[in-house]
Amino acid sequence: MKELLTESVYFGMVLTLVCYEIGLSVKRKVKFPLANPLLVGAVLIILVLLALDIEYETYQASVRPISFLLTPATVCLAIPLYRQLRLLKKYPLAIIGGVLSGVLTAMVSIYLLSLAFGLTHEEYVSILPKSITTAIGMGVSQKMGGVVALTVISISISGISGTILADIWLKLLRIREPIAKGLALGTAAHALGTAKAMELGEIEGAMSSLSIVVTGILSVIAISFFAPLI
Amino acid sequence: MKYIKQISIILSICLIAELMEYYIPLPVAASIYGLVLMLLALTTKLLPLEEVQDTADFLLNHIALLFIPPTVGMMDGVEIMKQMAVPLLVICMVTTLLIMGATGLVSQAILRKGKKEEA
Repeated sequence: MKELLTESVYFGMVLTLVCYEIGLSVKRKVKFPLANPLLVGAVLIILVLLALDIEYETYQASVRPISFLLTPATVCLAIPLYRQLRLLKKYPLAIIGGVLSGVLTAMVSIYLLSLAFGLTHEEYVSILPKSITTAIGMGVSQKMGGVVALTVISISISGISGTILADIWLKLLRIREPIAKGLALGTAAHALGTAKAMELGEIEGAMSSLSIVVTGILSVIAISFFAPLI
Repeated sequence: MKYIKQISIILSICLIAELMEYYIPLPVAASIYGLVLMLLALTTKLLPLEEVQDTADFLLNHIALLFIPPTVGMMDGVEIMKQMAVPLLVICMVTTLLIMGATGLVSQAILRKGKKEEA
């Protein structure tokens, strides 16, 4: 039975799609950032694999068709950016200036904290892309010799903590302009932050989703300078 | 038919991007070259948005699904996760707040300066 299951290329695909669907319906019912289809789906799959004593490598091989779509999907991030180019042209200084300060703050603060915790190069470069969207962050981590799973986890922690703390933190710092709020959420907490920004308002949402891709591109450049430091 | 054409266009861009990754000696992943190529094709009107948008929107709506396999990979990294738990949580939470503050304050200052100059 187990051999039959693991030898079928459909096993991993079916398992992944079903767990993702469950994650989607959990998200619809529970309004909490931890209940997102990525985390719920991944945890369910891990439980099934552990219960059936199937190794990650076996699973990974059978879901190759899904992984194959990652590059095309990342390329498609150009489409939302293109749709919002109008906004970028309207507020070029505030957007580029704001996102660039966020990206540089990310690089310097991650570098200093990694140094303080004595992290290895592998651990450091896995965390560097923590505030950019998973599609871009995973590629960066792989390219720099990081552990992709660690990168995915740091991206999730950043997205979740940023979303939960955004209200208090933005109020405390007196950030009140809708444009500034949206940019702050997208630059610090990528897609999860954007979901939050969309709840705040239309301008916040548009700014946040624009800043995800701008942050991703600027971070790729910044990381190539910062990665060799540890 | 529509989808076949859209998928072909997107995959062609990926193919060119992979060649760029191979030949350009920069630490940049193929997907970033592809993203920039796609943006250039759209802004120069070389590629009309309608030619790719249905497939692109479908992929982007379900992008979380594509991250599930690498996230499941954490089952192999239990040791590194255990050892990394504290630095990971501290670094990710602290820097997220710093980034949010920096971006918010700087963009707000630039916006308000612009408004003052207009007035």
